[in-house]
Amino acid sequence: MARRRIKINPMALIGLTPMIATAVGVFVICIIYSIVLSFTNSRLLPNFEFIGFAQYERLWETPRWLISVRNIWLFGFFSIAFNMIFGYLLAVFMDQRIKQEDAFRTIFLYPFAMSLVVTGLVWQWIMDPNLGFQSAVRNMGFTDFRFSPLTNEATAIYGVIVAGIWNGVGVTMAILLAGLRGVDEEVWKAARVDGIPTWKTYLFITLPMMRGAFITAFVLQCVGVVRVYDLIIAMTQGGPGISTQMPAVFVIQHISGRSNVGLGMAAATMMLLPIIVLIAIQQYFAWRSRRRAAGIGAAVATLPQAQGVKAS
Amino acid sequence: MNRFVLVGAVSAAALLGSTAISNAASVEVMHWWTSGGEQAAVSVFAEEFEALESGHTWIDTAIAGGDASRSATLQRILGGDAPGAAQFNISRQFEELAEAGLLLDLTDLAEAEGWRDFIRPDAILDVCEFDGRIYCVPVNIHSWQWGWASVPAFEAAGLEVPTNLEDFVAAIPALQEAGIIPLAIGGEPWQHNGALGVTLMSVMGLEGHLRLYRDRDADYARSEEVARGLEIWREMTATIDDGAANRNWNDTTNLVITDQAALQIMGDWARGEFALAGLEAGVDYECLPGPSDDPYLDTGGDIFLFPKQNDPEVEAAQLEMASMMVNPRVQALFNNAKGSLPVRDDVDFSLADACMRKGLEILSNPDRVFQGAGFYMLEDDVQRLNDLWVEFSFNRDMSIEEAQERFANIIATAAE
Repeated sequence: MARRRIKINPMALIGLTPMIATAVGVFVICIIYSIVLSFTNSRLLPNFEFIGFAQYERLWETPRWLISVRNIWLFGFFSIAFNMIFGYLLAVFMDQRIKQEDAFRTIFLYPFAMSLVVTGLVWQWIMDPNLGFQSAVRNMGFTDFRFSPLTNEATAIYGVIVAGIWNGVGVTMAILLAGLRGVDEEVWKAARVDGIPTWKTYLFITLPMMRGAFITAFVLQCVGVVRVYDLIIAMTQGGPGISTQMPAVFVIQHISGRSNVGLGMAAATMMLLPIIVLIAIQQYFAWRSRRRAAGIGAAVATLPQAQGVKAS
Repeated sequence: MNRFVLVGAVSAAALLGSTAISNAASVEVMHWWTSGGEQAAVSVFAEEFEALESGHTWIDTAIAGGDASRSATLQRILGGDAPGAAQFNISRQFEELAEAGLLLDLTDLAEAEGWRDFIRPDAILDVCEFDGRIYCVPVNIHSWQWGWASVPAFEAAGLEVPTNLEDFVAAIPALQEAGIIPLAIGGEPWQHNGALGVTLMSVMGLEGHLRLYRDRDADYARSEEVARGLEIWREMTATIDDGAANRNWNDTTNLVITDQAALQIMGDWARGEFALAGLEAGVDYECLPGPSDDPYLDTGGDIFLFPKQNDPEVEAAQLEMASMMVNPRVQALFNNAKGSLPVRDDVDFSLADACMRKGLEILSNPDRVFQGAGFYMLEDDVQRLNDLWVEFSFNRDMSIEEAQERFANIIATAAE
């Protein structure tokens, strides 16, 4: 198969130059700079005294970092799983041709439009034993009622997860709803003719057809999880103790107030690793499916009938 | 009134000719003084600065929270958009800025005015000095080592107000029986760090403190004294009330003011809250230096540093600001509003209350004054210790032996 020659349109090149410069300058160069700094003993000001992997050794001996890593896995797993499940259920609910769909969609999308700082503060108040849910229930007469997840070291991270779900579920719903609406009406008609119950159609027919929407929602959620920072600052400040610390908080505090750029960059590089792995896996699958498609195309092209059809 | 002074200064400058006016500069000042009393104090600086003959302008940039404010300042200096002046603590937080030559050298001004002669104790000016040059100006002195006790709360439990933490720990069961919260504390990390540090100090004394932080004697971190300090802390914090989470320090002080709680361990800035509530020291409340029978006070506090600017007029204004901040009259006005001690002892102490006098007496004895861990260690290592103490305080599964082992490890690996 002859490789097509890529023609470069000079106007397009001119138009794209700023974008290319930004991408290379901001992403490639800055990321390489960060990684280089992680091998130095830079404190407040960057320097280039290389000390090998010492920052990484210290990083993985720091209890606060280990707790941060555990927390981001917990937070990521639960918030993405629940966002997907609830987001899909809400999308199905919205798909029932209900009245006031616009109003409901606005309500469900609203948390996403709100700053995570506001989200964090509101949930902090709700979970505050003296102001929020606990005191409200107690005022109704149930004086033994206890609900204060944020005051307990073991449960605080789940309080943060609840706020994360509340924030993210609406946008997941919106993306999945668009995906649902994109499913061909003919598919529904065919399913109905075959007598398949509605819930089975949703679960086994339309759900697999919405792969694109799910991947979009998943990627958005992953990005939100990796950079979670403002929610923690507003809601718990990493406490009680250090039980709700997150990697992004660790990085920011070390490169600013704590004046240890080397360690902060080592932590930032560690945050980059899982993303690189994710991108690599995705690229591999994309490459494999492209190759398979090319292979099938080539096979079809060699068939005499196909050539005959084309020729006619 | 100050406006008139300002108008007067400006018109006087106008009469002197246009050169005087062109010397007026704007200086942006970054600080974290946002509470009521703190605002009143920083306003003294702003008004006095604008009242200077040169007609400078004070641009106020207040950022809530010391960590946030210091981070913002550092980022702006590194980003090439340095403010004219910025607040830091008496510590090594800003050492690298001076080493990198990013700060205005105040040595000539300091020598001309004789800062070394009147600023006391020497240690608070020492933190400003690198390679024999002075890069910052201390403006006040605060000490953490105070206990604030409610006299009626102890009376209700049929007890005398204790003078040290061992006696307080013994009093906890009786206080609980009387329905009083023994130790008032808020769940914010800095409150736990600070009070735990005070508890350790009250057991270790000055000798232990120096062995740990100055001499980096890691074995001492595994000693009996440190273990006892941590035990006392565990016993005191076993009875924290439900509302502690997210409670700020002055709401916590209010529990002692209203006799719901017996004792708060908090720095001398808490004194202002008792005064504001109209309580009288020795009758309604008791201030316990140490809290120990052998009390030591640290001389923490605030400094201002002046990042280098390209504009010589701004530089002149920065020097005038530094000079204004240590002026005896401004020191008296500022520290009265702030509730802190002045950095010089030739100011008017007539307004000092009983607790302030206790503090002044202790501070006048150099053997009773010490420097906090931040004087000997880098901010990064101080914060590692803070992480440990906060984790220890909230995670009751962590044994005292484990905490001591980790403490020893941080002391042993801390940077010089």
